[in-house]
Amino acid sequence: MNLSPELRSQVMYVDVLIVGAGPAGMAAAIAAREAGVDNLLVLEREQNMGGILRQCIHNGFGLHRFKEELTGPEYAQRDIDKVKELGIEVRTGTTVLSIDEDRFVTAISRDKGVQMFEAGAIILAMGCRERPRGALATPGTRCAGVYSAGTAQKFVNLEGYMPGKRCVILGSGDIGLIMARRMTLQGAKVLACVELMPYSSGLNRNIVQCLQDYDIPLYLSHTVIDIEGKERLSGVTVAQVDANRQPIPGTEKHFDCDTLLLSVGLIPENELTEMAHVEMSALTAGAIVDDSLQTSKEGIFACGNVLHVHDLVDFVSAESFKAGKAAAEYVQGKKRVGKYVNLKDGNGVRGVVPQKLLVPEGEAETVQIMFRPAGVYKNATVRVMDGDREVARLKKLIFTPGEMAELNLKPEVIKGLSGGDVTIQIEQ
Amino acid sequence: MNKDIIIIGGGVVGCAVARLLSRYDASIALLEGGSDVADGASKANSGIVHAGFDAKPGSLKAKLNVEGARMYPELCAEVDAPYGRPGAMVLAFNEEERPTIEKLYQQGIENGVPEIRIIEHDEILELEPSVNPDVVCALLVPTSGLTSPYELTCALADHAAVNGVEFMIETFVNKIERVEGGYKLDTTKGEMTARIVINCAGVNSAKLHNMLSDKELTIIPRKGEYYLLDHTKPLQFTMTMFQCPTKMGKGILVSPTVHGNLLLGPTATDVEDGTAVETTAEGLKWAADAARLTWPKENLRTVITTFAGIRAHESNGDFVIGAVDGNPGAYETVGVESPGLSAAPAIAEYLVDMIEKAEGLTRKAEWKPAPKREKPFYAMTLEERAELVKRDPLNGALVCRCEQVTEAEIRAAIRRPVGARTIDAVKRRTRAGMGRCQGGFCSPRVLEILAEELNLDPTEITKCGGKSNLLVGTIAEAAGKENA
Repeated sequence: MNLSPELRSQVMYVDVLIVGAGPAGMAAAIAAREAGVDNLLVLEREQNMGGILRQCIHNGFGLHRFKEELTGPEYAQRDIDKVKELGIEVRTGTTVLSIDEDRFVTAISRDKGVQMFEAGAIILAMGCRERPRGALATPGTRCAGVYSAGTAQKFVNLEGYMPGKRCVILGSGDIGLIMARRMTLQGAKVLACVELMPYSSGLNRNIVQCLQDYDIPLYLSHTVIDIEGKERLSGVTVAQVDANRQPIPGTEKHFDCDTLLLSVGLIPENELTEMAHVEMSALTAGAIVDDSLQTSKEGIFACGNVLHVHDLVDFVSAESFKAGKAAAEYVQGKKRVGKYVNLKDGNGVRGVVPQKLLVPEGEAETVQIMFRPAGVYKNATVRVMDGDREVARLKKLIFTPGEMAELNLKPEVIKGLSGGDVTIQIEQ
Repeated sequence: MNKDIIIIGGGVVGCAVARLLSRYDASIALLEGGSDVADGASKANSGIVHAGFDAKPGSLKAKLNVEGARMYPELCAEVDAPYGRPGAMVLAFNEEERPTIEKLYQQGIENGVPEIRIIEHDEILELEPSVNPDVVCALLVPTSGLTSPYELTCALADHAAVNGVEFMIETFVNKIERVEGGYKLDTTKGEMTARIVINCAGVNSAKLHNMLSDKELTIIPRKGEYYLLDHTKPLQFTMTMFQCPTKMGKGILVSPTVHGNLLLGPTATDVEDGTAVETTAEGLKWAADAARLTWPKENLRTVITTFAGIRAHESNGDFVIGAVDGNPGAYETVGVESPGLSAAPAIAEYLVDMIEKAEGLTRKAEWKPAPKREKPFYAMTLEERAELVKRDPLNGALVCRCEQVTEAEIRAAIRRPVGARTIDAVKRRTRAGMGRCQGGFCSPRVLEILAEELNLDPTEITKCGGKSNLLVGTIAEAAGKENA
């Protein structure tokens, strides 16, 4: 970047720079520090660490990682405490403005103004955002009362305000389901949860605990076809959809409501990633990474929901520990030598991460691969194919798009790969 | 309330008229029925400063369009509104459409549009590689421009306000009648009188006209639906791409906006209700399908919102601008549809010249320049940002991450002469909430800042005035009611 001499003199060098202090950024920072990186800096745009966990006051977090059930803030606090204990520098209220492929980073904050960094390695941990109403192109007016579920969650749980009294929820993503329960507990009436697909995109436990326990009907294969109200929302029209997701005339139902909450998908926040010209996957909307979570740009790593949207924070943390360790090894000059093979989506599989796998010259380690099933598959088998040869498989009673699937490739499997493309597929 | 002059309507025309009239020694109020200036057609249109090839030669539309377009660069620089001149093309996709292109060329020449020429297939694709390769020829219009219609309107309003024009929002005129020495207005904020009234009421302008004149005018509200796509680099099209016009209007366009987004639309459907700005499944589908003729590889994955606006189409098809027949002191701008935005500066000049002469207005000794605003943060270099945040640390607090809007900018928008009072008004002035997350992240913070600045309770903050409150109460109240 062309800088004035004055600004140039202010550029700071950091070994590992982490963007975001949500669960991903904190775990990456802890792992990098524990792997021996002293010169480590975390930048966080919010005033507090913890990311979106801060507003997730329900429980159910940490079952995998801590073997106990925590609320979002409790889960976050464990990492916050660890970050503090390890003396990791975190600059909150600091927004990263740009990242380039040479790992030059600019940021801004109230108290420190413009800040510039040259980083030995960067870990991208910016998380994701909710798909807004505009992106759905749902017809109707542009009245008040239409919120993404997470925005409503922030109003209720962090600000202490009610965004409405009579709600319809569009989309059955986890935040929408959680908010159905939250709004009900807070005295609002939740009339329906409406899902375009024939299956829920949320976790089954949330369908049971957030809808069924409160007698909130779930309309599968339905969508909102009209949003009404000049100033504040006054009602929505819902219709059933056909196999092509088009509304079926004659199936319209009207709901009088003042609030429509949207839980229609999460999108990794990759604007900074794209600034660095990192190669992206159209399927995950995140970076293409190898098994060390390194992107197509050397020394730039990605983890957590910015890489691909996870179901559980436990898995975000697990992935981010790996990224932190890998970034540490990168700046410590540990070279990864070997040949890369591509991991490809086969039948029934969407968005395999990582997309590249190193077959090392020396010893291999177990690599976890994750993906979303493209549909609902019962009594199905995931097969990992090296050309025509099956090298690993996983059988399960059910695979659904709402639950990320994962399987491990053992060291001997990796060492035995032919070098051609490896395809992951589901067979029923 | 009594004023020398009352302007009805705070759209781009009303605000442009208010700005020019603020040079004169007169007490002036502008009444706006909505919750902000630019609340009607001026907030939802294509934002194009048409060069003027489209209007019928000899019409008032043609004259004021060409004149207005000529005034734009200087005006936008003076009041600090965005303006760009990427050029435009009108595309013909078969030989049958070639005569239309030739006719538009002739019209353009007659209307005095500079630099236009007809270009052929190869040159078109060289200039715009994403265009449908079936294209045969096109009218190239290098002087076609872009502005941000709502930002321009807000800037015109500010300039008028610093020169003494009083802006009254949520003040809807129900009735107007001629009385001794002027006019009496029955409004939602009470009765008002003025010696001179100027009707710039957009879709409502014919109703007001007909309260004074026997020569009836009819406005047919004509809805246009749009898709707005995210700003991506590079943008698919660098120029505004028109298709051949139809009798309903200029047809579907694919155009960059002045902020580097891509805009698709508008449809053209006559509707009964001039406030009916909802989008429809049919309209949006039609727009997406129609735009594919220009852009065969149309990709709507980056759509961030859809919206609709209303054109105030007068049934005779031309602008009606001037004195209201048989009503001394009453003036009007009726039927200002496209190219109304392009013509607005010229409409204002034309009308205010007329009023000055007829009413014997005299100029003030001093006309204050338009208030200078900080360059938007998103457009600054790193050096400029570093300087800015040293001056005011609130520039270092980013509120809207998608459009890079700072807390300082949001507070400044609320404190402007015609300041923002709603979430949408902040959005129009700063772009906070205008981006890909559509306010999902920033709206709670914008709401908080509005409440602080306006000294209101957060539950009183609205999206767009009236009863569009975002919050219905505190959770403590909600829980209390439940337990009671």
